[in-house]
Amino acid sequence: MRLAAVDPHALKLGLVPGTTLADARASVPDLAVFDHDPGADQRLLEWLADGCERYSPMVAVDLPDGLLIDMTGCDHLFGGEAGLIQDMERRLIRIGMTVRIASGYAPEAAHALARFHSRPATDEAMAVRRLSVTALELDAEAEVGLRRAGLKTIADLAARPSSALSARFGKPMADRLARMLGQSDSRITPRRPLPALVVERRFAEPIGRVETALKVLAELTGEVATLLDERGKGGRRFLARFFRSDGAVRDIAVETGLPSRDPKVLERLFRERMDALADPIDPGFGFDLIQLGVDRLEPLPAGQLKLEGGAAAETAVAGLIDRLSIRLGRNRVRRFAPKDTHIPEQAVLALPAIEAATPARWESPETGEPPLRPIHLFDPPQRIRVAGAEVPDGPPRRFQWRQSQHEIARFEGPERIAPEWWTLPPGRRGLTRDYFRVEDVRGRRFWIFRHGLYEREREHPDWYLHGLFA
Amino acid sequence: MNESAPNLEALKRRIASLEGHASVRADRLFTLGDEAADARIGGGMAHGRLHEIFASEPVDGGSAAGFALMLAIRAASALPILWLREEAGERAGGLHAPGFAEIGLDPGRLILAIARDCVTLLKAAGDSLRCAGLGCVVIEPWRGTRLIDLTTSRRLALAAEQSDVTALILRTGAEPGPSAAQTRWGVRAAISTALPADAPGNPALDISLLRHRGGPDGLAWRMEWNRDQCSFSATPLSGAVLPLPAGGSAAADRRIA
Repeated sequence: MRLAAVDPHALKLGLVPGTTLADARASVPDLAVFDHDPGADQRLLEWLADGCERYSPMVAVDLPDGLLIDMTGCDHLFGGEAGLIQDMERRLIRIGMTVRIASGYAPEAAHALARFHSRPATDEAMAVRRLSVTALELDAEAEVGLRRAGLKTIADLAARPSSALSARFGKPMADRLARMLGQSDSRITPRRPLPALVVERRFAEPIGRVETALKVLAELTGEVATLLDERGKGGRRFLARFFRSDGAVRDIAVETGLPSRDPKVLERLFRERMDALADPIDPGFGFDLIQLGVDRLEPLPAGQLKLEGGAAAETAVAGLIDRLSIRLGRNRVRRFAPKDTHIPEQAVLALPAIEAATPARWESPETGEPPLRPIHLFDPPQRIRVAGAEVPDGPPRRFQWRQSQHEIARFEGPERIAPEWWTLPPGRRGLTRDYFRVEDVRGRRFWIFRHGLYEREREHPDWYLHGLFA
Repeated sequence: MNESAPNLEALKRRIASLEGHASVRADRLFTLGDEAADARIGGGMAHGRLHEIFASEPVDGGSAAGFALMLAIRAASALPILWLREEAGERAGGLHAPGFAEIGLDPGRLILAIARDCVTLLKAAGDSLRCAGLGCVVIEPWRGTRLIDLTTSRRLALAAEQSDVTALILRTGAEPGPSAAQTRWGVRAAISTALPADAPGNPALDISLLRHRGGPDGLAWRMEWNRDQCSFSATPLSGAVLPLPAGGSAAADRRIA
C-alpha cells in the first residue's frame, strides 16, 4: 500500500506520494492514515467545477486533482485575466482549498504550468519551453529515454522535427507536445453544453433571501423575453442557476412543449418547479450570481398573443401539459403512438406529452367489428387456473382469477400471436400465444391466452389473463 | 294540476338560485345516443359539470372504465381528453391505447397523466378542469379514499363549470358518498348480443342513474355501445321492469336531489 497524497506537515517530514505505507509508518509512527476515496475526490472536483462555472461556461474536470477553465471572452467581467484568476484564487482559498492556478494559451500548457515548476520567464510561451520534459507526464521508461538523448526541457524537444520524435517516442507524445506548444488546436470539452442565450446578475453583496432571488429571476425572465422577441424566437428549455458565495450552485430547469417567451408563463412554470422540489433552495451565506440560460430556440413569430378558437385551445392544453409535466414528472404525462408489432404489450409507444407536439396517427379499426383489444392491460399478464380446456386449440370452459370462478359463456378465437423470432437471441424459441376473447355468464369480457401451443411447444401450457374489455 | 305547474317551475328556479347552482342550458347537453334514454334524463347529460361513475366490484372495472370512456367520447366532440390516474391504479392494470381505439376514440386525442397519490391527483384534476381547451377530464382515483368528500367534489364541480369542461370521476371498488356531482351512475357488465358463432358482441353495460341533480333518478338501462357510430342504444331488459314515472309528472319533479 502506498501513500496517494500527503499534507504539508507530512511533506516536511519527508513523506511523499508513492512512499509505501510501511516505510511511512516506520519513519512517522503516529501518522494519521485515511483510505483513498477517488469517488469522493471526483465528487468534490465536480462541486468545485459547478462553482467555477460562474467565471465561464467552459469548465472541465481534469482528473485526478484539477479543473480546466476556458476564460476566453469571459475575463472582461473581472477586469482582465489577472482579475479573474485573483477572484478565483480568493474564493477557493476561502472555502479551504489549497490551489495552484496557472493560465496558458492551450489546456495542456496551463495544465503543465500549474503542476510543474518552471524557471522565471517573461511570458507563457517561454515558461512552457523552460519546463522540464517531466511535464509531458510520460512513463518512466520514455522519460529516461528522453534524458539519455540529451532532451531535458520542452525547448529541446521543440527544436527537433516532430516526425523524428514520433518515430522514436510515439505519435501520442508528439501530439501532446504540439498541443502544449500551441502548434495544434486543442479544446476542452465543457461539462454541459453551452446555452444559446444567457443573462445574469452579479451581486457585490450576496442575496440572503430566496424571495429576493426569485424577484431577480423574474427580472431576468423579462430580459430574456425581450432578447428572444428581438430574434423572433422562443425557447423550450430554461435553466436558472443560483450561485452561492461559498461555491455551491443550485439549478432549476423548466421546459415547455411549444416555444415560449412569455414571462408570466415562465414565472409560473418556475414556481411550479420550485414547489415540487424535494429540498427547497437554501441561500446559505447568500447568492452572489444568478443566471438564466435558454436552450432549444425555435422560431416564434411576433404577435402570437391574441389567439382565437382552435389555436387558443391548443396553446391552453400545451400549457397545462407543461405544468403537469413539471409537477408529476415529464414521463408521467403521456401521449400514445402506435408501434408496428403484433405483440400486444409492445404495440404502444408512450411518449412524454411535452415532446409529442403533434398527436400520432392511429388507424381506425374495421367497421362492424366488436372491440378486439382490451382497454386495460395487465403487466405482467396474470396467471389463471383453467378447467375444461379443449385441447389442442380451444379455450377453457371456466377459469379462476383472484379467488373467483368465471364460467365462460361465449368466446372468439384463437387469435394466434407468434413470438417475433427476429428479436430473440439465436437458439431461443419463444412461445406462441393463442388469444381468446371470452365473456362469462355474468357478461364480463376478458382477454386470455394460452402460453405455448399444446404439445408442439409445451406439454402443459399455462393460461394467462392479459386484459379486460369494457 | 295545470295551475300548479308554473308555480312548480318558479319554485324550482328559486331553489336552484338559492343553492347557488346555475341551471343547465338546453344547448349545453350531450346525448347518450339513445333517444328514449336521453328523453328520460331530460335531454342528455350536462357539459361542464361533474359526473360520477361507480363500479361496486373490482371485476367490473373494465366495464366502468369503458363507460367513462364512452361518455367522454360523447362529451368531448373533437377536443383532447385528459385521463388522470394514480400510480397504484396504473400498475394494477394499465390503460391500453389500442383498446381505446377499439371503443371509438382516436388514441392521438388521449393524454394520460399519472399522479403518485390521491392528493396530487385531485390537485392536478382541479388545474386540468380549468383548461378550457380540453373536451373532457376523466379523474380516476384508486380504490376507496376518504379524500373525495363533499368539499373536494364541490371544488372540482366549480372548476368544471367555470371553464365548461366536463368532468367524470371514475371509481371502482369504492362506495358512493356525499358529493356535488350532477349525476351519479352505477355500472355493471352485462351479457352482450352474440355475434355469429356465438362470439362476444358489442360492449353491453347495465347502467343505473343513482342520483340526478334537478332531474329524475332511479332509472336503469341495459345499454349496448356501437363504436362505429360512437353511441349507446338501449336493449330491452329481460325480466322485471323498474316502475319508471311518466315524464313531467309532479311525482318525479318532487325528487330534487
